[in-house]
Amino acid sequence: MSTVDQLQQQFGPAILRTESFRDNVRVIVTQEAVHEVLKHLKESLGFNMLAELTAVDYLNYPDAVDRFGVIYGLTNLDSGERIFVKTYLNEPDLTLPSVCDLWQGANWLEREVYDMFGITFAGHPDLRRILMPEEFVSFPLRKDYPLRGKHERHNFPVITRAES
Amino acid sequence: MAMTADFFISKLDYVANFIRANSLWPMPFATACCGIELMATASSRYDLARFGSEVMRFSPRQCDLMIVAGRVVMKMVPVMQRIWLQMPEPKWCISMGACASSGGVFDTYAVVQGIDRFIPVDVYVPGCPPRPEQLIAAILDLQDKIRKTGTLFGKEFKERTTFDGPAPLHLELNEAEIVTAPGNYESATRLH
Amino acid sequence: MPLELVDRVDEDQLDQEYNWTLNFGPQHPATHTTLRLILTLNGETVLKAVPDIGYLHSGFEKLGEDLDYNQYVTIVDRMNYISPFHNEVAWHHTVEKLMGLELTPRCKYIRTILAELARINDHLLCVGAVALDLGAFTSFLYAFNQREAVYDIFETVSGQRFHPSFTRVGGLMNDVDDVFVQKVRNFVKQAPKAINDLTRLLNRNRIFVDRTKDIGVLTKEEAINRSCSGPVARASGVTRDLRKDEPYLAYRDFDFKMVCAKEGDCYARYLVRMEEMRESLNIIAQAIENLPSGPVNVDLNGKVTIPDKSATYRSIEGLIQHFELIMTNRQWKPPINECYGAVESPNGELGFYIVSDGTGRAYRARCRPPSFIHFSLFPHLIEGHQISDVVAVLGSLNIIAAELDR
Repeated sequence: MSTVDQLQQQFGPAILRTESFRDNVRVIVTQEAVHEVLKHLKESLGFNMLAELTAVDYLNYPDAVDRFGVIYGLTNLDSGERIFVKTYLNEPDLTLPSVCDLWQGANWLEREVYDMFGITFAGHPDLRRILMPEEFVSFPLRKDYPLRGKHERHNFPVITRAES
Repeated sequence: MAMTADFFISKLDYVANFIRANSLWPMPFATACCGIELMATASSRYDLARFGSEVMRFSPRQCDLMIVAGRVVMKMVPVMQRIWLQMPEPKWCISMGACASSGGVFDTYAVVQGIDRFIPVDVYVPGCPPRPEQLIAAILDLQDKIRKTGTLFGKEFKERTTFDGPAPLHLELNEAEIVTAPGNYESATRLH
Repeated sequence: MPLELVDRVDEDQLDQEYNWTLNFGPQHPATHTTLRLILTLNGETVLKAVPDIGYLHSGFEKLGEDLDYNQYVTIVDRMNYISPFHNEVAWHHTVEKLMGLELTPRCKYIRTILAELARINDHLLCVGAVALDLGAFTSFLYAFNQREAVYDIFETVSGQRFHPSFTRVGGLMNDVDDVFVQKVRNFVKQAPKAINDLTRLLNRNRIFVDRTKDIGVLTKEEAINRSCSGPVARASGVTRDLRKDEPYLAYRDFDFKMVCAKEGDCYARYLVRMEEMRESLNIIAQAIENLPSGPVNVDLNGKVTIPDKSATYRSIEGLIQHFELIMTNRQWKPPINECYGAVESPNGELGFYIVSDGTGRAYRARCRPPSFIHFSLFPHLIEGHQISDVVAVLGSLNIIAAELDR
């Protein structure tokens, strides 16, 4: 029985739909069930490596229903199989349970998603900004933040030759 | 011929410039890809040591030339400024590569569009990344500059009191949309 | 900026007066450009290391939403800047997967040869940098000298020493000629000498071995749990190589070995990289002898590749196709979907997750950077070691700051 069928059998209504495109198999789950689905995939179905954890802002996407999507990419090292678990989030409820207890590699990946999109992860040991400076207030990869920023990049004192 | 003090000073100027130009010890502020070309310039094929840059000392207190190679991000600007202030006079700065000179391909929220907005620069090297020969040409240009305009006591540095960097970008936002984030960016990364 | 160490060490165990904090700052010769470590030391022993990154974060992913599929390859080059061609291969592998394109055999072989050359480049620099940090300056110069030969080949093909920006959607910028074939053959003949020189200098060098053996040991379970890939994982016993497990380009046709080790320390990682260089030379030797002839770009009727100048200026179909692809209101029409594609870069699994909204620009171009994930291993690996082991471990993980921060 394929992985997707096993998941549907185990979790039933929490699996909203499944998609397959080229060689990616995607399973869309609800926000509440994502931790259990990942735990089941890791412990019972053998997907022991977390390859990818990222988020997408669907603000300007054609036919988008929800604003944010968070994607987990898992790999089964013994069989080489990959599966992508996806969940959708909307404002103002932008929290997800953290998967640091399952994979320690998720620690920095979740910090980066928080830094770039503002999605918080409950249960994360150390959720703070990782790539931008601590004082930065905006979330850069959101679609409503402009490419060139809001003048933060030139907000520094100038040193002329005579002073130095 | 009357041996005036100016005659001595100008001869000493010449000697001082000769010494300083031919022993420029660089401090590589290597941030990104240009850093690899800087290392390649210092390696055996395009040896930089034959022009006087014998050692690359990584301590700012022991160098006289800061080569900023690579893009400078806003988180790094206070670090760069602090290192510039730590270097003793006489000192010069080469901005290597398109990203250090003007932001390069990265016109984004995080990259500073040219380090000359915050640091006084003497020579710019274009290229992405510049070939080692271009960097060597820049060092030779700097040596020329030192020989022509250098003085024994560094008077030419005290005269540069105004900002000689670029004008503000015309693509910048209007007043209403500018967000200066709360918090002290100056102490952000250890300027004090 | 106050940086709080989140989980404090047990205060009964330590003599509080003698712990001190060292800032291994962003500007430091051994930090391989712009990363910062805050080390808590008890004498010379590292108790805790807190990494602080983001000093080279340039907004690559935001730029990916602003440039189209062929323009972004120039930016992708600048991520892992010591083997830039591999990043281009990864990006266009994913874009072509999204669009459902199949490359011509000649293009696959050429991309494979250049990718393996970039892999040799990367490993040479990594080994050279580790040697430099541990004091072996001669090895660094030997490695850099050999890299010049690879730069020469890239310059023949694309005009640039590195950052060639050579791949395009559906093919390459231009075809290669006999000069290239001759240079690659010469390279395959003379590169083993440099690799053997490095082996003789470092493999049984008492100082090198003492400084890298049993330092920074990564067990197999830890490697899997912390999402490692590439030489770092293979040196710990994880037998996964995307060239063998999910073959892309022309790797199915070649006979090469996957290099693994069991101990997982810095010395094992160094040995894995040296042996991988030899396997890469093997692949290049097989590929250059069997280079298929034929077109390099996917057919004009497929309407995805930019035609070359003679077709653009002399045929109406070529002109129209050029117009359709370059003008900003037209461009490609990929399917409205998302796709993940990964390749085995010299650092590990380099993947791109592209969300496309049907226009010629990606809606979201996410890069899965191996350096980012490996650097999060660092605090775990360095605990309990001396301060002089920090450079050995950092070098063996091959952290490239631009890929780390993007």
